[in-house]
Amino acid sequence: MTRKGLRFRLDGGRTIWPVLGLIALLVLNLIFSERFFHLEILDGRLYGTLVDVLNQGSKVMLLAVGMTLVIATGGVDLSVGSVMAISGAVGAVLVARREIPFPALVAGALSAAVLMGLANGVLVALAGVQPIVATLIFMVLGRGVAMLITGGQIITFEDRAFVFLANGHFLGLPLTAAIVALVFAGTALLTRRTAVGLFIEATGDNETASRLCGVNTRMVKVLVYGFSGFCAGVAGLIAASNIKAADSSRVGEMMELDAIFAVVVGGTALTGGRFTLVGSIVGALLIQVLTTTMYNLGVPPAIAPVPKAALIIVVCLLQSEQFRRHFVRRRQTARPTVPETG
Amino acid sequence: MGRDMSEPLLRMRGVSKTFPGVRALSSVDLTVRAGEIHALMGENGAGKSTLVKVLTGVYPKDDGKIYFAGETIAPASPREAESAGISTVYQEINLIPRLSVAENILLGRQPARFGFLNWKAIHRKAERALERIGLRIDVRREAAAYSVAIQQMAAIARALDVEAKLLILDEPTSSLDEREVEDLFDVMRRLRDRGLAILFITHFLDQVYEIASRVTVLRNGERVGECETANLPRLELVAKMLGKDRAELESGGELRTAGTKRAAPGVPADSEPTREAFFQVRGLGRRGGVEPFDLDMREGEIVGLAGLLGSGRTEMARLLFGVDAADTGQCLLDGKRFAPSSPRKAIDRGLAFCSEDRKTEGLVPDLSVRENLILALQASRGPLRLLPRKEQMEIAGRYIRALDIRTPSLETPIGNLSGGNQQKALLARWLAIQPRLMILDEPTRGIDVGAKAEIEKLVQSLRERGMSILFISSELEEVVRNCRRIAVLRDRKKIGELTGPDIDERKVMRMIAETNEGRDSRGGVPAVPNDPPREE
Amino acid sequence: MKFPISTRRVPLIATGLVLVALFATASVLYDGFFSLRVVVNLFSDNAFLGITAVGMTFVILSGGIDLSVGAVVAFTSIFVATLVGSHQVHPALAILLALCIGPAFGCAMGLVIHFYRLPPFLVTLAGMFLARGMGFVVNMESAGIRHPFYDRVLDFGIPVARGVPIPATALAYLLLFLAAAVLAHCTRFGRSIYAIGGNETSALLMGLPVGKTKILAYSFNGFCSALAGVVATFYMGSGNPAMGFGLELDAIASVVIGGTLLTGGSGYVAGTLIGTLIFGTIQAALVFDGRLNSWWLRIAIGALLLAFILLQRFLSSRSTDRRTALAERSRPT
Repeated sequence: MTRKGLRFRLDGGRTIWPVLGLIALLVLNLIFSERFFHLEILDGRLYGTLVDVLNQGSKVMLLAVGMTLVIATGGVDLSVGSVMAISGAVGAVLVARREIPFPALVAGALSAAVLMGLANGVLVALAGVQPIVATLIFMVLGRGVAMLITGGQIITFEDRAFVFLANGHFLGLPLTAAIVALVFAGTALLTRRTAVGLFIEATGDNETASRLCGVNTRMVKVLVYGFSGFCAGVAGLIAASNIKAADSSRVGEMMELDAIFAVVVGGTALTGGRFTLVGSIVGALLIQVLTTTMYNLGVPPAIAPVPKAALIIVVCLLQSEQFRRHFVRRRQTARPTVPETG
Repeated sequence: MGRDMSEPLLRMRGVSKTFPGVRALSSVDLTVRAGEIHALMGENGAGKSTLVKVLTGVYPKDDGKIYFAGETIAPASPREAESAGISTVYQEINLIPRLSVAENILLGRQPARFGFLNWKAIHRKAERALERIGLRIDVRREAAAYSVAIQQMAAIARALDVEAKLLILDEPTSSLDEREVEDLFDVMRRLRDRGLAILFITHFLDQVYEIASRVTVLRNGERVGECETANLPRLELVAKMLGKDRAELESGGELRTAGTKRAAPGVPADSEPTREAFFQVRGLGRRGGVEPFDLDMREGEIVGLAGLLGSGRTEMARLLFGVDAADTGQCLLDGKRFAPSSPRKAIDRGLAFCSEDRKTEGLVPDLSVRENLILALQASRGPLRLLPRKEQMEIAGRYIRALDIRTPSLETPIGNLSGGNQQKALLARWLAIQPRLMILDEPTRGIDVGAKAEIEKLVQSLRERGMSILFISSELEEVVRNCRRIAVLRDRKKIGELTGPDIDERKVMRMIAETNEGRDSRGGVPAVPNDPPREE
Repeated sequence: MKFPISTRRVPLIATGLVLVALFATASVLYDGFFSLRVVVNLFSDNAFLGITAVGMTFVILSGGIDLSVGAVVAFTSIFVATLVGSHQVHPALAILLALCIGPAFGCAMGLVIHFYRLPPFLVTLAGMFLARGMGFVVNMESAGIRHPFYDRVLDFGIPVARGVPIPATALAYLLLFLAAAVLAHCTRFGRSIYAIGGNETSALLMGLPVGKTKILAYSFNGFCSALAGVVATFYMGSGNPAMGFGLELDAIASVVIGGTLLTGGSGYVAGTLIGTLIFGTIQAALVFDGRLNSWWLRIAIGALLLAFILLQRFLSSRSTDRRTALAERSRPT
């Protein structure tokens, strides 16, 4: 695969397409389902389909934030679903011991998740294993470890703080939305208010050149996987809190694919380089709205993968230079390429 | 030779090829006769590989005609070229390392019965193909288990297995030792005597004289000459490769004065060797890269590295900057020991390295001009102390003005700029960290004349401001014009230095062209600095 | 240079040793484990995983990956079950149809990957969603199959010893394995796959039909997935659109544990067979034990994957060291 062939390079910025897609879907809903935009306030809390979208989409949005940085370095993280399971499992096991305060529980679960992420990063950056393979290993291994932690049982809990995480409200909105906003804002600040974002993009775009400029590309890679683990950890706690239980064998299954999908739809190329966090959030929302829309239209949830597949194919083809050449005349300002002469 | 009268096997006429932004071949002619070994020479970027790839159908040509064995051909793929009788052994030996030697020789045309491979026949045929070029090895073992030389032979055996009339060998000797080269030449001679035409691409002068009867020289995508090697003085061949013409050479004295006269308008006539060198290299070397060398760098001085492609120019730069690790030797910076073990460390000590390979080692193409400009500076500040946006704009704007980088805006992806502007932007990236020693590897390659002049002017002004510059270029004229001290390299070894008044193109070329004959092949000229070449 | 065993065989031998060690340990620990019945069951219980892994081997050898196999298996199973159950189509015809759809699907993905230069990961991910959804379109729930043809096939078995017949599912697996081994090692197509996975540029310069071979690899994998789906209907006596979640990852794991390089170009179909059997042996041992739990399978597989990947990294860095050492030995002057 050629690097050039995958660049998403359409005029008007890279987030414009997912935003347009989202708007189109919303308009579709406006026409076909009057209930979709209905909001009401009960006990000072907002209820409605749009709120549900935010709440249910929170896990994929969180994963997508971490995944965006990994993909920007030219990698991919398949282990996030399993890391979610581990984090939920650690949380559930710790909550059973009543003496442990809630913040310590969160810290424990998240550090387990970060540790898994860092292990991915070490395998990729230091051992030189392909990202798909390295994270596949921890996907398989992690699921086993999560089940080991819970003893294969579904551990239920009633701890008020823990349950509040996914079911509580903050300023009338679901707390999960606030958590997503917090993680998103934190990540945006961390990457854009420091040079971290620049180093990540440079590493993904041209690793050799970045190293020659003095960027510690290995460290960058290890850290983004660690961060992806952190995001998966938060998502895992929310998932557990949501059902008031840690279900190690099922939680987060196939969610890594949704997250990758959200990032790619959002306009970050799988080959790495430029990334857009906003795009990924929009991509994740797009998936959630699509799912909700089909549910509202009476499409059985099992068939939901079909339109998802159609969307991936469209996005893939839009990114393929070979495909666009068939339809769009290439812009004249093509970048000059230095041929391999000698 | 006696064959000269025969109708040539291959005639390429007026072949042109343009890549986006680069004219790789402009109206090149090439004639190869049956039963001759024809050398194709040229520096990096001269168009050798492009010419071969056009001939073998990897690239379509834009213009021109190819006549082969009495017919006009226009191969659209390596396969078509092969069936026409043109076989190629590429520089990066194109074997599949994990498959057996036998398979590599016969891949795609294995003998089969009812679709099932006949392994016995495969091994037998492979053995026979290798025997034809005088090699007996276990063809069942995987290719990677054998030395590069044997892999090369296997590749040649593969190329010959298809009734080839013309065999193209693209830099076949670049990773062989002397004995292996001799073995290869034996095979080549035997094949030539059987009437095969061989197009031999190389950058080793000695080898051209040893084996080729004629040579075609390319430069910047143009043919600068086609000669019989017997009638071509070495000096003239070097001159052709480095872009000098015969007339200039013959009036040697004139060239010399012209050379010194032109030597850098800004360079003071008297050199100042008295100043202490702040950066001293002692016996730095790496096996397979460059043999141990010494080098002194002073502030406000431009030192040139001259030598042909493959002479170790780039390898030397990479050792200094810590891209490759040195096996032996050390550097002294202000008298203190300093081991360049990574680019990061080198940068911290005030070094900068502008690589010759702009595309893979320089540009971060999707990032903006501004981001590319501040990348090295930001990296040296660390990830947390982000340069304020305003300061970034200010720095980028300053260098864009100073270097006259033409870009629609600061936020344009650098990949969209022209070659010359990209190069200037990369220079600016390194200037922004205000290095003490700047290593420039081919800073003017692949950019237009105007941009070249600007970059030279910039280099001179940097020297005036006290920067120390190591200037590497395959344009000899450029090196001579800009440097007051030149280290000359040949065959991955520093063979001497020229200073001040000694610098002229002819002397440098002589040093490069000197044969190893009459000298102990291992000793050569001792790598003593300031060893002046003897005049003939 | 003086390595007694060819580097490319090391992972295969290592895998074989792991299988023997596992089986021996289980035989010592559990009464009745060391029996022909257990061995035969290894083949029949893991037939559909094994078949998909064989197909996956080809795709991985060519340097690609296919995430759609689990979904295609599910689609095929429900497709056949629905045709037979609800539409009274004869099973033989239904199976034939299914065996045509699988390769066509693989071929379509191969075409898109090759001609539009898209990453196989994304294209087959879309393929996975598509096949999974289509399975549910065919039938929302699992459907049982009752047909004399099925009974006859299920009764069929080649007796190898007293009371231990090789059932049709295991037979299908073995036959496919043999065919695939021949395809990989004794045809130009097979060798071209190795060449492309080993070095695509070189393969192109050698004049090999790169595009055609790649597309065929995905088509063959599609065929294997379809066959695995058919075998699954016999094994389960039904079709289920929800089956085979994560099967693709188990298949990839089998291939990697079997010693095939995930970057392509090196490996053996026999290795994949062993990889699948390792999977099966661990599972069988867990069943025999009764105390150990299913997550140990995940952990063991993960650990094995890690070990084999690190072994591969070690071997490949060894051989590149050797090659550069050779290159550096040159040029004494």
